[in-house]
Amino acid sequence: MSSPSWSRCATERRTLLGGLLAVTLLRPASAAPEAMAQAIRGFTGGAVPQPGGINLEIPPLVENGNAVPVSIEVESPMTEAEHVRAIALFSERNPLPNVLTVKLGPWSGAARIGTRIRLATSQRLMAIAALSDGSFRLAEQQVVVTLAACIEG
Amino acid sequence: MARTLLRVPGTAQRGEVVEIRTLIQHPMETGFRPGADGTVQPRDIIRRFTCLYNNRPVFEADLHPAIAANPYLTFTFVARESGVLAFIWEGDNGFSQTETRALTVA
Amino acid sequence: MNHPWTGPRLARVALLLAVAVFGPAAGPRSGFETMSPELRAMQQDDLANPGMLHVAEGEAQFQQQGCTACHSAEAMQGVAARYPAFDAARDGPIDLAGRIAQCREERQGRAPLPREGKEMLALSVFVAHQSRGLPLTPNPDPRMEFVRRQGEALFRERRGQLNLSCGQCHDDNAGRRLAGSLIPEGHANGYPLYRLEWQGLGSLQRRLRNCMVGVRSEPFAPGAAEYIALEAFLAERARGLVVETPAVRP
Repeated sequence: MSSPSWSRCATERRTLLGGLLAVTLLRPASAAPEAMAQAIRGFTGGAVPQPGGINLEIPPLVENGNAVPVSIEVESPMTEAEHVRAIALFSERNPLPNVLTVKLGPWSGAARIGTRIRLATSQRLMAIAALSDGSFRLAEQQVVVTLAACIEG
Repeated sequence: MARTLLRVPGTAQRGEVVEIRTLIQHPMETGFRPGADGTVQPRDIIRRFTCLYNNRPVFEADLHPAIAANPYLTFTFVARESGVLAFIWEGDNGFSQTETRALTVA
Repeated sequence: MNHPWTGPRLARVALLLAVAVFGPAAGPRSGFETMSPELRAMQQDDLANPGMLHVAEGEAQFQQQGCTACHSAEAMQGVAARYPAFDAARDGPIDLAGRIAQCREERQGRAPLPREGKEMLALSVFVAHQSRGLPLTPNPDPRMEFVRRQGEALFRERRGQLNLSCGQCHDDNAGRRLAGSLIPEGHANGYPLYRLEWQGLGSLQRRLRNCMVGVRSEPFAPGAAEYIALEAFLAERARGLVVETPAVRP
């Protein structure tokens, strides 16, 4: 689980994540609105992703949902025998559940990506990694979006 | 031509994990937003980004409307040999742009 | 511990701490300081700041539009930090975008560029970016004093159906929240800037127009003298803050 390159904040988050997952596992994919669950099934082919080994970094409180920095890192040696094939990010309450899907391989050297996303409202996000052994890893974060008071009229 | 900003090291050690950062000017119009006249603006997004390293894909991304305007992407790959990196963005309304950078591996 | 200097020294440390915690007697505070760490990082990293795409565009425009026939980028250093200025020819104040337009229309004899158009924004952000890191030092021309006073009067004037002045939010209630958003002091030290709300780059006048629409008042015409007066007052109000162009704001 722990890697020295991950921040202390990430460690604390993983503790929190553990708690969230305990809840999630009691109520599997059905906890997510159907559209996200369906998009996730499309990515995993129905396999149930396991928590841990993946870190989804996103600010818990966002001033504006138009450009929210996100980074995802998966623990993996990234060798021919053992690597991350793909990472996908899903949103629970945007108009569409798919956000970003990337293909990686042993040539990537590390399973670490970053981008900036839009969030329509406060919601849960899920990052899922597809590993070379056919298994899937999952991380989730809850984000609160405070809406701007003065929007362009 | 859309403006782009790329952070690509010019040189790297063999076997080094290189981090690339890309930023491109694009509105990423979601297809859900009403315009000034009240009608929904048609979707206009970059759908796909590819990085080729000596013509071999080392990073491929499918982008959806939830990617922020002026898409920003960071990723890594292992420097193996000197050559050319090509960055390709493709999207709606025939959008297509390619930038290339040389990479020297010591 | 019983060193004779300990007492006064402690007192001095306490005073320094008090200044550090409560701030000096109220200098202007850039909106940068009250943003989230993520947004500050976005602004500070030139390869993550989307405003830099427009600076790159402006650099190209500066060539294409023929600005380089007379000016160099280096000579633009510090210019934005002292605008608006007094223009003798028009016997009135002029802001940076106005000066660029004047140069183009009167000296180059070319068709005007739309004030909020891509080219004008790019040229403005490129020129203003040359002053990044320099403190705002408003134009000392005594003829600007009257303009600044006009601007201050506008800043303090209640307007619109909500009957609010700029000062009621940005002086009296800065640091507090309006719905979920923090009310900034409203300093104009990073324009043109990349506003997440706009998902793009915009001018100070666009921002002022947003605020005016926000309080349900009739915005002034683009480039109106009232805006220039407000800009002149805002520059004085933010005196000493460094130029951040292109700033990033929520």
